[in-house]
Amino acid sequence: MVDTLVFIIAAAICLTGALGVILARNPVHSALMLVMTLFGIAVQFVAQEAHFLAAVQVIVYAGAIVVLFLFVIMLLGVDRAQNLELSILPIQRWAALVFAGGSLLLLGALIVVVNEPVTGAEAVGGTASGDENVRLLARSLFSDHVYAFELTSLLLVIAVIGAVVLARKPKATQSAAVEEQGDN
Amino acid sequence: MEITTGWYLVLGALLFVIGGTGLLIRRNPLVMLMCVELMLNGVNLSFVAFARQLDDIGGQTVVFFVLVVAAAEVVVGLGLLVAILRRQPGATADDLSALRG
Repeated sequence: MVDTLVFIIAAAICLTGALGVILARNPVHSALMLVMTLFGIAVQFVAQEAHFLAAVQVIVYAGAIVVLFLFVIMLLGVDRAQNLELSILPIQRWAALVFAGGSLLLLGALIVVVNEPVTGAEAVGGTASGDENVRLLARSLFSDHVYAFELTSLLLVIAVIGAVVLARKPKATQSAAVEEQGDN
Repeated sequence: MEITTGWYLVLGALLFVIGGTGLLIRRNPLVMLMCVELMLNGVNLSFVAFARQLDDIGGQTVVFFVLVVAAAEVVVGLGLLVAILRRQPGATADDLSALRG
C-alpha cells in the first residue's frame, strides 16, 4: 500500500516536472522543473532499492548538471522568455505529433503486456536488495566492467579538455576585448 | 493495486516520449539539452526496474555508465553552446542551419 502511494506521488512529480521542462517559456524555469523530475526519479530508485544510484542521481544530476545549466543560462543571458508559437516550424509540429502518437501507441501495447512475466537471462550478479546494493554494484563495476570503468575516466578527461578548448576565447577577440576595455 | 515492473516501464516510456517531443518542438538549444536529459532518465528508470525484476545488478551498472556519459555530454554540449552564442547572441537551433555542409 505504501509502495503504491510512493510510486503514484513520485510519478506525478516526475511527469509534472517533465511537462514543465518542455512547456516553460523561460529556460530558468525549465531547469528548475528538471530538478523536480530528477528528484522524482531518485525517489523511484529508492523504491526499487537502488540506494547508491539514488544518491548519485541527486548529487550528480541535481547538484552538478543542473547547476551547470543554470550557470550557462546566467552567463549567456539567454533567460529571455521564448514565444512557443513563433518558434515552431510547421513541419516540426507534425513531426512531434507523429512521434508522440506513435510512442503512445507503443506505450499502450506495453501496458497490455505489463502483467506478463518478463523472460530474461538468469541473475548473474546476485540479488540487488538491502544493504548489499553498494557492495554488489562495486563488485560488478570493478570486476566485470573494470575496463569500461577505466574508459569512462578517459571520457571525462576528454570532455573536460574539449569544454576548455571550446569555451576559450580565441586570441584575436581576446586582445580586441582588452583594447575595448582600454578605450572605455 | 500492486506496483509491478510494468508500471515503472510505463513511467520511463512516458518520460522518454515527453523528452523526445520537447526535443522536436523547442528551439532553444539549452532546453533541447534538458530534453535529452529527460530521455536519458526515462531509460535509466527502465534499467533499474529490470535490474530489480531480473535480480541482476548489471542493470544498475549500466545506469552508472549512463550517468557518466550524460555528464560528459552536457559538458561538451554546453561548451559548444557557449562558443556558438558568443559568436551569434540569441541563436536558436534554426539559426545554426548555416552549419549545413
